[in-house]
Amino acid sequence: MREVAVIGVGMNKWGEHWEKSLRHVFTEAAILALDDAGVDKIDSLIVGCMSSGLFVGQEHLSSLLADYLGQVPVPAARVESACASGGLALRMGFIEVASGMSDVVLVGGVEKMTDVCGHEATYALGTAADQEYECYHGITFPGLYALIARAHMEKYGTTREQLAMVAVKNHDNGSLNPLAQYPFKVTVDAVLNSVMVADPLRILDCSPITDGAAALILCPVETAKKLKKPVVKITASGMATDTIALSSRREITWIESTYVAAKTAYAMAGKKPEDIDVVEVHDCFTIAEICVMEALGLVEKGKGGKAVEDGLTSLHGKIPINTSGGLKAKGHPVGATGVAQAIEIVKQLREEAGPRQVKGARVGLTQNMGGSGGSSIVHIFERS
Amino acid sequence: MEGIIGYGASIPRNRIKVEEIAKVWGADAPSYKKGLLVEEKSVPSPDQDTITMSVEASKSALKRAGINPKEIGAVYVGSESHPYAVKPSGTVLAEAIGATPEVHTADLEFACKAGTEGMFIAWGLVKAGLIKYGLAVGADTSQGAPGDALEYTAAAGAAAYLFGREKVVAEVLETYSYTTDTPDFWRREYQYYPQHGGRFTGDPAYFKHITGAAKGIMGKAGLKPGDFQYVIFHQPNGKFPFRVGEMLGFAKKQIEPGWLVNKLGNTYSGSSPLGLTATLDISKPGDLVLIVSYGSGAGSDGFILKVTDRINEVRELAPKTRELLDKNRNYLEYGTYAKFRHKIRKAE
Amino acid sequence: MPTPSRYWREIPQRYRLEAAKCKNCGYIAFPPRLICPRCQSRAFETIILADAGKIVTHTIIRVPPQPFSDQAPYAVGIVELDDGVRLMGQIVDCAFEELKVGKRVKIEFRKIYQEGEAGVIYYGYKFVLI
Repeated sequence: MREVAVIGVGMNKWGEHWEKSLRHVFTEAAILALDDAGVDKIDSLIVGCMSSGLFVGQEHLSSLLADYLGQVPVPAARVESACASGGLALRMGFIEVASGMSDVVLVGGVEKMTDVCGHEATYALGTAADQEYECYHGITFPGLYALIARAHMEKYGTTREQLAMVAVKNHDNGSLNPLAQYPFKVTVDAVLNSVMVADPLRILDCSPITDGAAALILCPVETAKKLKKPVVKITASGMATDTIALSSRREITWIESTYVAAKTAYAMAGKKPEDIDVVEVHDCFTIAEICVMEALGLVEKGKGGKAVEDGLTSLHGKIPINTSGGLKAKGHPVGATGVAQAIEIVKQLREEAGPRQVKGARVGLTQNMGGSGGSSIVHIFERS
Repeated sequence: MEGIIGYGASIPRNRIKVEEIAKVWGADAPSYKKGLLVEEKSVPSPDQDTITMSVEASKSALKRAGINPKEIGAVYVGSESHPYAVKPSGTVLAEAIGATPEVHTADLEFACKAGTEGMFIAWGLVKAGLIKYGLAVGADTSQGAPGDALEYTAAAGAAAYLFGREKVVAEVLETYSYTTDTPDFWRREYQYYPQHGGRFTGDPAYFKHITGAAKGIMGKAGLKPGDFQYVIFHQPNGKFPFRVGEMLGFAKKQIEPGWLVNKLGNTYSGSSPLGLTATLDISKPGDLVLIVSYGSGAGSDGFILKVTDRINEVRELAPKTRELLDKNRNYLEYGTYAKFRHKIRKAE
Repeated sequence: MPTPSRYWREIPQRYRLEAAKCKNCGYIAFPPRLICPRCQSRAFETIILADAGKIVTHTIIRVPPQPFSDQAPYAVGIVELDDGVRLMGQIVDCAFEELKVGKRVKIEFRKIYQEGEAGVIYYGYKFVLI
């Protein structure tokens, strides 16, 4: 397998983009990545998108976007793993370059979510769960994580305030990110008093509905060195699945798929949790960040809430998590998230993160997750 | 002998008081309570309907009967609030209890006596030897037009009866039906609420048919009111059952155990059948019980039952009617009640 | 509007709680499936699940998805039945304050939702506090 580098990143400001269609949102981000890489022709296109069919009635994104990128007849694929679609696109792109199949691959993610009303968006997001035995009974995404939150609070004594602190930290970071959907701070009080969505989770515990896209250009490390750009390598890709239904999981409070994906990735990169300098995790809901920290081995099982409270994961803490603002402040256009996480890590390792910069960051990790933990994808990046 | 081998009741736990309804319509609650002898009625939750209550009542009947549901040869649901106009409630019930696919099923309607109609047919098929077991349910989630007198009493509930010839709990000694064409209460197709003839629903309707059926069945069986331990009449309000009882020569204490309407309301097709489940709950071996239903349109079905020793073995196997009536009640205010009963016009 | 087939197919599970028990290792699959996730065996026998259990975790849905838009707020929980099988379902007919992890519940047959005023009515299992 060849070593793989990221040579271009591109992301537009995320938010509610009434005037921009899905194809427009994607192409904008792709242009930024192509320009950043100094590349105008690609060998392959991989796009992550969860539900363009339900949101805008559009499938066949592979051809649509290859066409709008002006790259026809390039081979293209649209991949899906619910909210981990972006991470999966990155993994597929990585495998394609590493295997020698293609040299220059554009990995993108996109989701256009505001063309449907709230109830339909909730329904579309629910398709990541078990349609016949979870959605049939009226559960929603926030509902699934609320079930996890209640169980975590009962088992480990995690508090409502600790959950709120995840949102506060991510907004602190997001306020420093000009591309974030909500670049402003929030307080613990604001979170605790925001409207209830699924007890005990409130609206400020939940990532938003967002339109947005993100793109990366991958190529073999040898090519990257020739281009005289800071070389950021992808040194590991790990993925794992788990049961789709939350009621079938061995432990409701433990995200086994993240644990297994991370184990694979750590082994592949020859790294341990303590070697990671900066992390982007899938905080679709505040409780998710706490559970993921534990599954990644960054803190002891059950101690995630305390770690956040102690500031371990803040921008200047021992293990900064979600310096981009996370899904909470940056936004969560579902298919694009996994790619945007990688962009933040690449920027950190290139020392281009501005006021969000983690000093001396050399090794970064992204964790992207689908559904209530049905799939997890972990990548490790290192500065050459 | 053929008779009832299992019985069960299902009553929603929500209630609304007469005062709460009267308050909204500016009516005089005390005079309604005095005139109807009703204090409160049951209200189904939005996720309960004739079918769901039939399933729960039937599951209780099955627990008492202790039979294999696959051997049930016929399933009848009598109601005037079947969830579908076309597609039987009976097929959902038959699937839910595991009686399908070898089973006769039909839905019945005859205002408040559709339940006892089903009981007559199920028992008849068992007696004729055509089926081994038959299930009949009387269930309703009836609606009263807002502000109308019927709104104070239209309630929800279900009673299920399994008939067979082994392990009989109450033997059917006699049946009788008294029917005429009498338009006292009706609902045209596509109308949401029923209409009624006011005071015409009394003497020419309820009283004529119940007395006709009661006299007819007692005559056929050669029995007098004093021979019965208990009697259950259809209960559209609290007063009518006692008045007709008095007219026929029954005593209050024979009527009281099965008199649920003051706390339950009128459960229409479930009314006398639930009165019977409550009576069976407290009956003793050897008791003679008379039940006379009434359905507007009009007609009355009568059954004479003799309770067997087996009542002592099955009584406790499923929830008792008075327990369902008295325990765990959830009182609603009118707004929530109107929401639950789909009386509020919403956007499509 | 979906054709009725998707609903009708699941009736044995939704109405009667029919599950598949692996003949080799005893794992109970609900809903039934073709391959045992524990031992990869393909041989199963039909069993009926227990009708009571305890609440493992619960929440109250206040922002509902499309088919449930007029039902919120409602409680949903994961219940562990007395035979060890875990299920998700609504917990109804109780005040929200009464919901507690560990409380005993039993299964009741209820309406889940309906396709508007003219479509099919969907039934299934829900839980009530015992």
